[in-house]
Amino acid sequence: MRVLVIEDDRETAQFLQKSLKENGHTADLAGDGEAGLALATDGAYDVLIVDRMLPLLDGLSVIKSLRAEGNRTPVLILSALGEVDDRVKGLRAGGDDYLTKPYAYSELLARVEALGRRTAPEEQQTRISVGDLVLDRLSHRVTRSGEHILLQPREYRLLEYLMQHAGQVVTRTMLLEHVWDYHFDPQTNVIDVHVSRLRAKIDKNFDKPLLHTVRGAGYTIRDGPT
Amino acid sequence: MTALLERVAKAASTTAFGLSAAAVAFFLLAAAIVVGFLFWQTNNLLTNQVLGVLTAEARIMASEMKAGGRPKLAETVSAMSRLQGAGLYYLSDENGVKIAGNLNRIPPELVENARGGVFNYQPAGEAGNAHAHLAVAIPVELGPEVRLIVGRDIEDQRAFADSIRVAFLLGFGILSVAGLIGGLAVSRLILNRMDAITATSRSIIDGDLTRRIPTSGGNGELDKLAGNLNEMLDRIEGLMSGLREVSDNIAHDLKTPINRLRNSAEAALRDPRGAEAYREGLERTIEKSDELIKTFNALLLIARLEAGPLEDSVETFDLGRFVEDVTELYMPAAEEAGFALSIEAEKGVCVRANRQLIGQAVANLIDNAIKYSRAGEPGSAITVRAYRQNGRPAFSVGDHGPGIAAEDRERALKRFVRLEASRTQPGTGLGLSLVAAVARLHHGEVRLEDNHPGLKVVVLLSGKCLTSVLPGGVSTPSDVAAGDAAQ
Repeated sequence: MRVLVIEDDRETAQFLQKSLKENGHTADLAGDGEAGLALATDGAYDVLIVDRMLPLLDGLSVIKSLRAEGNRTPVLILSALGEVDDRVKGLRAGGDDYLTKPYAYSELLARVEALGRRTAPEEQQTRISVGDLVLDRLSHRVTRSGEHILLQPREYRLLEYLMQHAGQVVTRTMLLEHVWDYHFDPQTNVIDVHVSRLRAKIDKNFDKPLLHTVRGAGYTIRDGPT
Repeated sequence: MTALLERVAKAASTTAFGLSAAAVAFFLLAAAIVVGFLFWQTNNLLTNQVLGVLTAEARIMASEMKAGGRPKLAETVSAMSRLQGAGLYYLSDENGVKIAGNLNRIPPELVENARGGVFNYQPAGEAGNAHAHLAVAIPVELGPEVRLIVGRDIEDQRAFADSIRVAFLLGFGILSVAGLIGGLAVSRLILNRMDAITATSRSIIDGDLTRRIPTSGGNGELDKLAGNLNEMLDRIEGLMSGLREVSDNIAHDLKTPINRLRNSAEAALRDPRGAEAYREGLERTIEKSDELIKTFNALLLIARLEAGPLEDSVETFDLGRFVEDVTELYMPAAEEAGFALSIEAEKGVCVRANRQLIGQAVANLIDNAIKYSRAGEPGSAITVRAYRQNGRPAFSVGDHGPGIAAEDRERALKRFVRLEASRTQPGTGLGLSLVAAVARLHHGEVRLEDNHPGLKVVVLLSGKCLTSVLPGGVSTPSDVAAGDAAQ
């Protein structure tokens, strides 16, 4: 993916550029809002990473200008301001996701990849499959090797989100935000227990595990090794 | 004396004095208009009376002239002149030679004035007295052979007018002085109170936050102002002491883990195992950093909540359903830890509140219950409730753990307080203080109660958070009485 990082802190920007390259992406840098807006307007990027507090033009103004021009490139906002109303303002300005500093790089990467591969609603498939695991979004029926798996509503939504991002790392925070719509710290790893219960239902009686834990990052569902 | 003058000058320069002086001036102006109008009306009445008398006398003289000619007229004028009244007469022939009357000549003021008017004259018998009398006279048209002037001495009216003028000026003078003295006294009084407020403010600016503005114990505006300012100072003092407390806590509770982080990195560098030790050290560093970040985030969130309301963050939701939802998130984790987590949620308790913060509070309470109460033993139930209490939305989390001693309960809500019983457990000591901050943000409170055995934490939100949801999902704030079901 081509990523544009608009970040005024040079060290952070270079760290992100280097890390994204290591994960197979290309990353351009802009050190202020005006330069970032110019690059984002001219270049064809898959994802923009925009710091909220920037010199010359702040991050939210950059996003608003892009959206006003009809540019729909997915945007991940980075900010030290992490309270609910800060998030609300960021998302209202046209951001697609919001990450509070300081963040774990694995969290940022997972979110960037999720944004980059986000499918438009009209393109959403009614059937998602990973290996022999099939999720039918119309009947809410899940089968593996043709065998029906009975899931609780929350387990179904958890699996649906994981399968939508098959092959990508999905962090615990992303699951909490997208499956539960919670933007607070649950204090303990409650998500792990939910995932392990889901895993017991979809992997336990089968030879090949599909739901994998990525140490220090989160989970991924894929037909193959992690 | 100089000091007194200075005080008076200071009082005279105050707004209060200015306002008093303006009020006195306005009052005097209004009084002057009223008195002036009365005076003018009285004067008119008296003037009309005199003119009426003069017109009547003129008619008598004309009829006398008609009846008996000049001799008869002269006789009548002489008779009326002898009456020693207020009447004034002057009768002369066509050449201006006086025939009869008590005036010696035609007053110079009337020589040119054919319609008559006011003049000064010296009454007979008062020749030695320099005081001239005021009189009014009109000429009477009786033909070419005589000239007659009929007048009236109006010295009494003038005296009356003068006495009214003196009384008016004297009264107004006294009123002005009394008003100004009153103004000075009022401004002095206000100035004293203001000086007290200024002196207190000065002390506070200089760093003494304990000072408060004196009140007289009354219910006046200044007392109300002083009361409000004192409340504001209490709040500021509370915030400042909170800030100091946070600074101390940061110094104590955050420096230690930062130091441990550094020690861990140093130990990894010194470890002879090399790469493997470095990897372990780095992993430990990341873990410790994450813990620190959590602590910082919680601290910042508490500070932010205490600073005031969050904009754009209030939404309407069913408290019972939401608390149930958050509890369900913890169900599997609680079960694995050996707890029986149950929820009793009253439906239809609709609130306008910050959903994420309420969620954080519920999460903190359930997490505490799991962490600090004994699991797997009989009575290891955790009960989460959402309900309405006396018209206020509330939720509670009760466990059967060791609980918190009554004397420690208030302290337990403060930042970084970790009771002895919880020292062995991981935690920042910010969980309950964050819950308290969320409650305060919603104008509510947190109560720590005995759960017989264990701890029950009750979060009561303000009754203003309650809303009744109308059909179609439109919500309006309401003062729903206790026990009333939301629509």
